[in-house]
Amino acid sequence: MKKCLVLANRELSTYFYSPMAYVIGAMFLAVTALIFFHGLGLLDIPPVFRPGEEASLRSLFEAMAYIMVFTAPLLTMRLMSEEFRSGTIEKMLTTPISDTQIVLGKFLGVMSFYAVLLATTLVFMGLVARYGQPDAGVAVMGYLGMLLLGAAFTAVGIFTSSITRYQILAALVGITILSVFTLLMGQLAVYAPSPVSEIAARAGAMTYFRDFAKGMLDTRGLVYFISGTVLFLFLSVKSLESRRWR
Amino acid sequence: MIEVKHLTKWYGRVAAVNDISFHVDRGRIVGFLGPNGAGKSTTLKILTCYQPATSGSASIDGLDVLSQSMEVRKRVGYMPEAVPLYPEMRVRELLMFFAALRDIPRRRRSAAVDQAAERCWLSKPQDMMRRKVGELSRGYKQRVGLAEVLLHNPPVLVLDEPTIGLDPAQIRAMRDLIRELGQDHTIIFSSHILAEVEQVSQQLILIAGGRIVAGGTPAELRQRVVGPSRIIAEIRSAGDEADKSMIADLAAIDGVKEVVPDTDGQKEAGWLRLAIQGTSAADLRGDVFNLASSKGWQLRELRRQVGSLEDFFIQMTYQQSIKPAAMAAQA
Repeated sequence: MKKCLVLANRELSTYFYSPMAYVIGAMFLAVTALIFFHGLGLLDIPPVFRPGEEASLRSLFEAMAYIMVFTAPLLTMRLMSEEFRSGTIEKMLTTPISDTQIVLGKFLGVMSFYAVLLATTLVFMGLVARYGQPDAGVAVMGYLGMLLLGAAFTAVGIFTSSITRYQILAALVGITILSVFTLLMGQLAVYAPSPVSEIAARAGAMTYFRDFAKGMLDTRGLVYFISGTVLFLFLSVKSLESRRWR
Repeated sequence: MIEVKHLTKWYGRVAAVNDISFHVDRGRIVGFLGPNGAGKSTTLKILTCYQPATSGSASIDGLDVLSQSMEVRKRVGYMPEAVPLYPEMRVRELLMFFAALRDIPRRRRSAAVDQAAERCWLSKPQDMMRRKVGELSRGYKQRVGLAEVLLHNPPVLVLDEPTIGLDPAQIRAMRDLIRELGQDHTIIFSSHILAEVEQVSQQLILIAGGRIVAGGTPAELRQRVVGPSRIIAEIRSAGDEADKSMIADLAAIDGVKEVVPDTDGQKEAGWLRLAIQGTSAADLRGDVFNLASSKGWQLRELRRQVGSLEDFFIQMTYQQSIKPAAMAAQA
């Protein structure tokens, strides 16, 4: 476990060193801010910050969740791919550290950076609190939902990074997978005939996230995100192991 | 210390390593020699638990590389050919990171890092430890790689082409360091540069085409070079006719096969440079000198060309390459 932390620490330092992470973080905040003030007609999200209207934290969280479909793969794309490309994976795999520890260490590292990123969104909370009466329960559950969703999404990103040497491929495949689980499932749940619509409703991440955004703690959502995280981290470990045999 | 038995590794349809077996005693420096693509790196990767073999077994200090992988990794320091390091980290940072991964307790980490850095000449330029790894030249990068390998003081060092890409001064420095390290560690290193391997190793393993073609001490292998002796003599020229009779007289010595002009070395006007090929390995220098002094020839160089390891290398690896060609021809 200690070694996971050593790895996580290194990854976190690398994030703060690389300009890439700041750009992605800024992009995340910028798009969030855009939606905060203007809304996103495409996904039927109204602006959060409007005069005379009740400040809806729910829309803010939903918006951030959708933005994560792009942000998570961009943040995680270099995690494994860069090691393969530069050859440092050879060093890693000949050190007395297990493949699981490597994946967990990377996961903890990116989650730490993500936590910092989430913390910066508190500025939006602050704005809403200044001019309105936000529901504390919604805020807490919303952030919990963001953390769980972030964990699952970054796990997917780590997996896609572990299957290729090319960061761009990792990002594209990651975005595709996450789009399927959010946008596609969302559309199918509404427009597809039953039983497809029923299945899609239960498979899509936004269904469960919306509960958190409303301030509800539904154990189904907990199970969904946690098991998704575990599944993709497991697949990442297996993918890493399989490298040795090639 | 290192035991390899019938190791085989297939990459698709190619056997990179084909049924090799060897043994390395504790405390020895072993040079793993072979042409490019011979299977050196593959073998080292199997020994360091990076990749598993297709069949056969390998063990270090009695521990199997496949089933006791973690234990083996703790006892081995591996420096891959590319010396992969994290370019954005500073030297000291990197070494501290690997020290932590190697379970060196926090209190001792700094000392261990300084010690390893000292040994690899990283502490001299004052700001070396604070420079980013990505900015370093090849030579310094390799020193960092070596320092990292020494951090936890492993009993076995595995170095894949440790001198590649270095300038002659750096190669010599690396050689000296390997020799010094050999006093405390078992070292196996690979190379295709004979001169270094010859000078540093106590044991050589020659691999070609995935098979071991020879093994032994450098002296033993040199003696196995098949070939009669060859003497280079430089005699003052006395005109074409006189030269011809000189050559005829030399050829007449008992045990001389032929005398030909030597194509190596510089041609200087007025001097005749000859290569005297013997029929056996006997030293003919004495006979040549006696003949020259009795005839009054001015002899200014008399040198014996010993069979070199390079000849041996080429002979053995040439045999290895014609075998598969012959088999293909038969098929």
